[in-house]
Amino acid sequence: MPLVPVPKSTFVQKLKRFFMVDLLKGMAVTLGFNIGALTDKDSVAGKGIYTEQYPKVRPDVAPRFHGAPRLNMDPETHDTLCIACNLCALACPEDCIDVIPMDVEVIVAGKPRRKKVLDEFIFDTSRCMFCALCQEACPTYCLELTQDFELATYSRAGFVWNREMLEQGRETVKYES
Amino acid sequence: MKDVRTMHQVEIATTKNALLDAPEMTLNMGPQHPSTHGVLRVVLKLDGETVIDLDCDVGYLHRGMEKIAENRTYTMIAPYWDRLDYIAAVSNGLVWVETVEQMIGLDVPRRAHYIRTILTELNRIASHLLWLGTHALDIGAVTILLWAFREREEILKIFERQFGARLTCHAWRIGGMPNDAYDDFASDVKRFVDNFPKRLDEYETVLSENRIWLSRTVGIGVISGEEAIAIGLSGPSLRGSGVAWDIRKARPYAAYADMDFDVPLGENGDTYDRYLVRMEEMRQSRRIVKQAIDNLPDGPVNAKVPKLIKPPVGDYYHSIEGPKGEIGCYLVSDGTQQPWRVRVRPPSFINLQALKQMSIGHLVADVVAIIGTLDIVLGEIDR
Repeated sequence: MPLVPVPKSTFVQKLKRFFMVDLLKGMAVTLGFNIGALTDKDSVAGKGIYTEQYPKVRPDVAPRFHGAPRLNMDPETHDTLCIACNLCALACPEDCIDVIPMDVEVIVAGKPRRKKVLDEFIFDTSRCMFCALCQEACPTYCLELTQDFELATYSRAGFVWNREMLEQGRETVKYES
Repeated sequence: MKDVRTMHQVEIATTKNALLDAPEMTLNMGPQHPSTHGVLRVVLKLDGETVIDLDCDVGYLHRGMEKIAENRTYTMIAPYWDRLDYIAAVSNGLVWVETVEQMIGLDVPRRAHYIRTILTELNRIASHLLWLGTHALDIGAVTILLWAFREREEILKIFERQFGARLTCHAWRIGGMPNDAYDDFASDVKRFVDNFPKRLDEYETVLSENRIWLSRTVGIGVISGEEAIAIGLSGPSLRGSGVAWDIRKARPYAAYADMDFDVPLGENGDTYDRYLVRMEEMRQSRRIVKQAIDNLPDGPVNAKVPKLIKPPVGDYYHSIEGPKGEIGCYLVSDGTQQPWRVRVRPPSFINLQALKQMSIGHLVADVVAIIGTLDIVLGEIDR
């Protein structure tokens, strides 16, 4: 076992050691922190409280946060923006998106045409790793990862979100603060 | 009655002697031990309290990353790479995208290189802060953990605003970045850069001359430069033994060629020297961040990337200096959209091999300090 010899201490070092200078230095720093925390303006009400009161006060996450998925709708007509192009499902590394299209008959310029529209959208949030590759693939800015981060459910089936859940979002309990 | 008592005493005496005379004892440390930094099982052979032999059992966190990568396209693999060394997800992501970029010959814009440099260096500081906190906690200083996490929080907030996630960021895309820097990016980074040296001085006041810290770290886990090279150590664990090897200097990637910084070196190769090297590395990282944010060029952050990424047939190796050491990626392409084989060169796995050599002859409590000083992450060891 190679051992490194601990250098012999000089007289000044011995004196410092006798008066416990290193200990006092360390304690001065920690005491400074304690006093600083009591007068810190960043803490809650300047009282040295740093704990976030989570269920009552929800934190503000960044605008780019990758949270719960959502299918955006046209704000005026409330039709879905999804064109059932399947690009998000192809981009997903975990294969957790299923886009189920259906054909409807529309009359364009007096002639009946078949058009592919979205029927059902399945998003398995239990397998999602929130990499946002689906959001980047979406050509119509329909699929979006939002700032909601409360995804816990009571069952595995609850993690699989259908189109209704993706469009309306989940209801979260609001507590009075 | 009397006979029974004497017989009983004799029995106790013989078992006592048998226990005391036992030459060695096997002790399992982990996989659920808090000081093994994850699910690492260390089988210790002890003589009294002295370690005479040691064996590491890894693989509890095996997820088959390299096999997963063979069934994904090049773009899809990037988020998995954050899960190797989850403390340094930004650095890991960088080695993957840079390997693919160099393989298909993409020229990444200069601004993207600079932002990559800033954020990987911030990630290095965050990783070293987490190492400092947990290492000090293992040895017995709880205060440092709380302070280090406070500084790390500032970095993670920058990551959250920039990437949308705090830990597994999925930071980079092949050819650049998903988004340009957010509006307050420069001011946030500058505020961190201005405040950080004062905090580092506080850590050093509490630890560097503390006599408990000194007696727990000086002369513990010594490894010489030659031995370190023979094992294949890299990163601060190698530089603590006095070997000047830093890929940022030797094979500059991203914007490191433009940066002015020093590579700190240790002398004795013990736990204390590795501690000093990492502390100085944080100062140097701060220097790099300051230079990069002051000279941040304008322009686009994305190169023109083909829709389907199909690297030419062949193999390629690229490595960067991660917080833990040389993290490399060996990529074999067969010309399709999916890699034929991906191999990770993990710094933690190779650094862990030095544990046996470092620990033999020390006490059990020192093994905890040595595991801490090697700065391992099990997500990367087991992959």
